[in-house]
Amino acid sequence: MSARTEVLARVRRALAPAPGRSAAPVPTVPRDYRRHGDVATGSSEAVELLVDRLVDYRATVVRTSTAGLAAAVAAQLEGVPRVVVPPGLDPAWVAAAREAVGEVLVDGVAPVGDPTGDATGDATGDPMAVPGASVAPLSHAALDATAAVVTACRVAVAETGTIVLDGEGDQGRRVLTLLPDRHVCVVRADQVVGSVPEAVALLATHPERPMTWISGPSATSDIELVRVEGVHGPRDLRVLVVED
Amino acid sequence: MSVHLGMPTVRPLPAADPADPLRWGPTFPDAAHETLQDGQLRANLRRATHTIRDKRLAVTAELSDWEDLRAAGSGVKQQVMATLPDLLEQLEASVTARGGVVHWARDAAEANRIVTDLVRAADAHEVVKVKSMATQEIGLNEHLAAAGIEATETDLAELIVQLAGDMPSHILVPAIHRNRDQIRDIFTGSMGDAPAGLTSEPADLAAAARAHLRARFLRADVAISGANLAVADTGTVAVVESEGNGRMCLTLPRVLITVMGIEKVLPTFTDLEVFMQLLPRSSTGERMNPYTTFWTGVTPGDGPQEFHLVLLDNGRTRALADEIGRTALHCIRCSACLNVCPVYERTGGHAYGSVYPGPIGAILTPQLLGVGAEGGLDPHDPAATLPFASSLCGACYDACPVKIDIPTALVHLRDQAQHPQGRRARPTGWSVGLGLAALSMRSGTVFRWAGRAVPLARRLLPRRVRRLPFPGSLWTSSRDLPVLPRQTFRDWFEQRPEPGAAGGQVADRQGTGGTGGTRADGEEQP
Repeated sequence: MSARTEVLARVRRALAPAPGRSAAPVPTVPRDYRRHGDVATGSSEAVELLVDRLVDYRATVVRTSTAGLAAAVAAQLEGVPRVVVPPGLDPAWVAAAREAVGEVLVDGVAPVGDPTGDATGDATGDPMAVPGASVAPLSHAALDATAAVVTACRVAVAETGTIVLDGEGDQGRRVLTLLPDRHVCVVRADQVVGSVPEAVALLATHPERPMTWISGPSATSDIELVRVEGVHGPRDLRVLVVED
Repeated sequence: MSVHLGMPTVRPLPAADPADPLRWGPTFPDAAHETLQDGQLRANLRRATHTIRDKRLAVTAELSDWEDLRAAGSGVKQQVMATLPDLLEQLEASVTARGGVVHWARDAAEANRIVTDLVRAADAHEVVKVKSMATQEIGLNEHLAAAGIEATETDLAELIVQLAGDMPSHILVPAIHRNRDQIRDIFTGSMGDAPAGLTSEPADLAAAARAHLRARFLRADVAISGANLAVADTGTVAVVESEGNGRMCLTLPRVLITVMGIEKVLPTFTDLEVFMQLLPRSSTGERMNPYTTFWTGVTPGDGPQEFHLVLLDNGRTRALADEIGRTALHCIRCSACLNVCPVYERTGGHAYGSVYPGPIGAILTPQLLGVGAEGGLDPHDPAATLPFASSLCGACYDACPVKIDIPTALVHLRDQAQHPQGRRARPTGWSVGLGLAALSMRSGTVFRWAGRAVPLARRLLPRRVRRLPFPGSLWTSSRDLPVLPRQTFRDWFEQRPEPGAAGGQVADRQGTGGTGGTRADGEEQP
């Protein structure tokens, strides 16, 4: 008997009702919890709550407007020698990054002259690449040698201070936001929902996408349960909240 | 003031590589007797558990619907158990449809064999690991080492435990028994590339771990993880973490192997809205943990391009067969019950002799090993002593985010442990004494006659007894024997004044006999 058959048979046997008794009905789940947060999506209260949570996690938060965003992106990249952006990032933000940083790598697009020399594709293809761009995802080594990344996000949860990335073109592959030590993430106010259930409902439209939920910079509490920011993930999370 | 000579001064507690990660030590009372001697351990644990308790209470109090979320979590888990075969088949279909490969393992040996074969097929000699209880439970690292494959734990606490040659003592914070100075000594002594002049500041220690592991993450071809949950209707699997080591393992290598207990499946994607609120607040006491990764099969161009999901039984179906015991399978491994347990706080995790310590371990470990199942375990087996590792105070039940009634399960398993089906146990003083008690309590007549013997015994032992000869000394070494009452409750009840008669109330309160008299008599002691 295969392991599959046997494990499933064991499960069925374990659940079989005692002789002479009928199977118990499948219990219904009481769902009396809040399906919506106490703050409305995109409201200034939602933004206030999100900012409060992010600051508590010791992320850097900058509140800006659509008009001021490009300058804010540039300001957060000051002093960074090289930055990477996903292929679908807003061209205005990319232009701002180019103003501030000497070198801007676009993932999925071979950078001109390939300054790292190792931005080789892994031949699997990148569905997120912009149309017409050459399919050449940056290597892990190239990304490890890149100081910062700029992305958008899919949704943010005010109550928990959580930003969700789901791999859309303006967020890119998961590795982009993992290896560079500084993550500059742009959150539009209308993307801020109150609670976790609202975010899950939105994400459920594309459950197959790889998702990363980010709540502050990487941290550990493994030594005497003292929270220390900065272990393996980006140690420096900078969130630009766009309110208009 | 001591001088550090660079030698590790930290002894392993206990040494790693036990033959069975679910049962490595002596019985709980013997092991606890040993760990209770360690004042440093108790101080470390007291500080840590009290810190996390307060954090958890603060963040759960923030949510007005916390109790509703607990009720929903409990309901979903009951639903999962009731429909487990269908959910597992659905999960398999969903994962397969998205390019993953599903494997089934009846027990630890089979799971280890599957994983080892997969690592070999990838032509890898080293793997990076995300902290995982399932792989601890099956002793995967030791098995891989025997096959010539080096497994590196990448969670900070797991790394500490691995470098110290220790066993974990907590579900969430496996190195909770170590303080910062001990950890500094472990790193200096065993890490190889620990920076010179490493201090015991947690931030410095974390930075040393980051530097130590970075190159391994980048060169690893294969990663091995557990799973906090897997969604049947979409095939989505999740790892909830803090440091980013999980993201590294789940993103960088070409091959990802995930080992998951069959009970971790959830019916729908929507159920995430319940568990992603319950788990972080209950485990680290944060509104949300820093990182959670969700992946569904293989995504071309993003993350591992080969994904294997190993579904593990290893005793879970035995627990599932017991209607009370199966609630142990509802556990989401948050460790809130450990942090509030007065027994765990004092004995530490190693006393439980299992990778699953604390209250949940006391009901999970014995069932995974067969307590309650046909044939069962010998009542003297170390794992059969675990249901007794509790004062039944119920703090664990109050803290559990999925409302597992651990005290009820403990009492149920105490009975199961002492009376294994289809097995005769060697009698002990306890079993003979309790057998006699059971005999006398089974019938009213016998109990009346037994009661008549009490005034006779009082003549022999008229006062409170502090010390009895063996075997009575086993009792009096930790408690006094109270003075026996002058009369039994039955006699007092029959002789009491008629209700309503004058003085009846007074007689009641003075309690000339029965239990009321015991206390008064006890106070007559010089």
